Amino acid sequence: MDQAEPGIEQGATTRLLGEWTLSRHAQIKRLLAQSPVPEGDLCLKQISALDTAGATLLIRWLGVERLQQIISSDTELQPERKALLETLTRAMGREPAARQKPPNALIQALELLGQQTETLARHFWQLSGFVGYVLQTLATVLPRPSRWRMTALVNQIHQTGLNAVPIVALLTFLVGAVVAFLGATVLGEFGAEIYTVNLVAYSFLREFGVILASILLAGRTASAFTAQIGSMNANEELDALRTLGLSPIELLVVPRVLALLITLPLLTFVAVVSGLVGGALVSVVSLDIALSQYLSILADVPLKHYLVGMVKAPVFAFVIAVIGCMEGFRVGGSAESVGQHTTSSVVQSIFMVILLDAVAALFFMEMGW
Amino acid sequence: MTDEAIIEVRGLSNRFGDNSVHENLDLDLYRGEILGVVGGSGTGKSVLLRSIVGLNRPSAGEVRLFGQNLLALPVEERSRLEQRLGVLFQGGALFSSLTVRENVALPLIEHAGLSRDDAEELAEVKLALSGLAPHAGDLYPASLSGGMIKRASLARSLAMDPDVLFLDEPTAGLDPIGASDFDQLLLTLRNALGLTVFMVTHDLDSLWTVCDRIAVLSQKRVLVADAPERVAEYPDDWIQSYFKGPRGRAAHRSLNESSVENSAVKESGLQRS
Repeated sequence: MDQAEPGIEQGATTRLLGEWTLSRHAQIKRLLAQSPVPEGDLCLKQISALDTAGATLLIRWLGVERLQQIISSDTELQPERKALLETLTRAMGREPAARQKPPNALIQALELLGQQTETLARHFWQLSGFVGYVLQTLATVLPRPSRWRMTALVNQIHQTGLNAVPIVALLTFLVGAVVAFLGATVLGEFGAEIYTVNLVAYSFLREFGVILASILLAGRTASAFTAQIGSMNANEELDALRTLGLSPIELLVVPRVLALLITLPLLTFVAVVSGLVGGALVSVVSLDIALSQYLSILADVPLKHYLVGMVKAPVFAFVIAVIGCMEGFRVGGSAESVGQHTTSSVVQSIFMVILLDAVAALFFMEMGW
Repeated sequence: MTDEAIIEVRGLSNRFGDNSVHENLDLDLYRGEILGVVGGSGTGKSVLLRSIVGLNRPSAGEVRLFGQNLLALPVEERSRLEQRLGVLFQGGALFSSLTVRENVALPLIEHAGLSRDDAEELAEVKLALSGLAPHAGDLYPASLSGGMIKRASLARSLAMDPDVLFLDEPTAGLDPIGASDFDQLLLTLRNALGLTVFMVTHDLDSLWTVCDRIAVLSQKRVLVADAPERVAEYPDDWIQSYFKGPRGRAAHRSLNESSVENSAVKESGLQRS
């Protein structure tokens, strides 16, 4: 037999043999499950190696009190083994925390529903509180040019606006081309291909320009805001700002909100133009509409459609920036929490943008604009 | 303490850009000893620890663990060797997506092949051993206090019953009673399990109570590595102001007055090996 294998030698004095270590955990467990707890004397001296895993199993097998008896009566036990067993019995002697049994599935589902409803309600409450706080800070800061943080503002405009131009332009260009193709296919059946131009123009001026730019910004910038502010929050930097008597809203949120208020209308303009260019390309290449004809139809589209689209941009910008920043403030202490809130800020801001756009569309339709 | 060096650092140099932290540094860690590493801020204590456990590739020189160079080993052997090391990082480095109990159980499940229940039961014992309250196992690291994080992290570093334990400032952030419990725990574990401990610390009480040897890092190398009493007598300005300054004197005095028990425990460990 393997010398190192843990064993129990029955006799007048029961002897434990071999290595009682973590690497033999399964073996020891099997052995102890088969062996009755000995009534007589027990000798631990011949165990060749003992670590906390082996000692833990031994203590579970014998019970804390029995082992304490053995340690105190056994004078031959090596002092360091004794110290280990004593330390472990002390640690394990405490009552372990009672693990709660999970309640049944229905109750759990109800509990979850209740929790989530409450979370949602509280969330909207917080959001309106935060919006109020930001508006209040804006109202105090804006009339005082000395408190404007130009460097932060320009930096944010650079990151959220200028750096986003290529992706916004490319994406809306492609969508413009796709809408033109769609128009050509459907309207072609009625021989009304020429109205493709109107389709592209109306859809981009009123809806697609602003909504595509907003969704891109929600994905690109709201997440960045949450991650930036969130990791500062996790690192207690926001608390440090507050103890220095500085307002995190004024320092961090106001420049970001203002930056988006400035850049989203500009990006919307870029989106509208490149959408129209995309539409023009398809019209000229595959519909045989001359560029001059395309432009003259475009020139006949009333200006109010452009304004209806543009007026939504600052509203969406504010919503995206505020949600992005607020989620950053809600981050807890861990890296995982930063990730969760970043996801949440993107989902929320896209949701809010589309919801507001639908409401606006209804409103403008009723008003006949 | 035997003369068998289980860690040998030879000619270690670490440079970060133009900044040289270590130059030609030699250090031995002997089986069964508790080595305290001290030095002023920026003398590269943590870098030395990271170099030994293989997290930092040195610019020159080599580190041999159990006679092997960790960085030169194939992946599997390296992992096997790393299982014999336990590391307590300065900030705890607990996995934030796992509960405290799962943190400790993770290496037991992954490496020792224990079932989840067995691993969590054993984890619970390690947590109790490190002095955490029973309910703490269910908490996530984000909701722990600084002291609890240290204890939970210690429990995780002890999970695999390592041969060598690396501690980076283990008692920083603990209250004095917690810190002295920690010292006692360390001595008990060392004596019972034959642990070898490499401890970066600034806690003078810890140094006097538990360390067999103290290594002083200064001028980019190990200035002196010897028994605490002899290190304290070493003629160097920094060492003299460190050990003979008001805090150093107080720690030494209180040790001499009160801790017959401490030295008894320490002695038994020394005699054994």
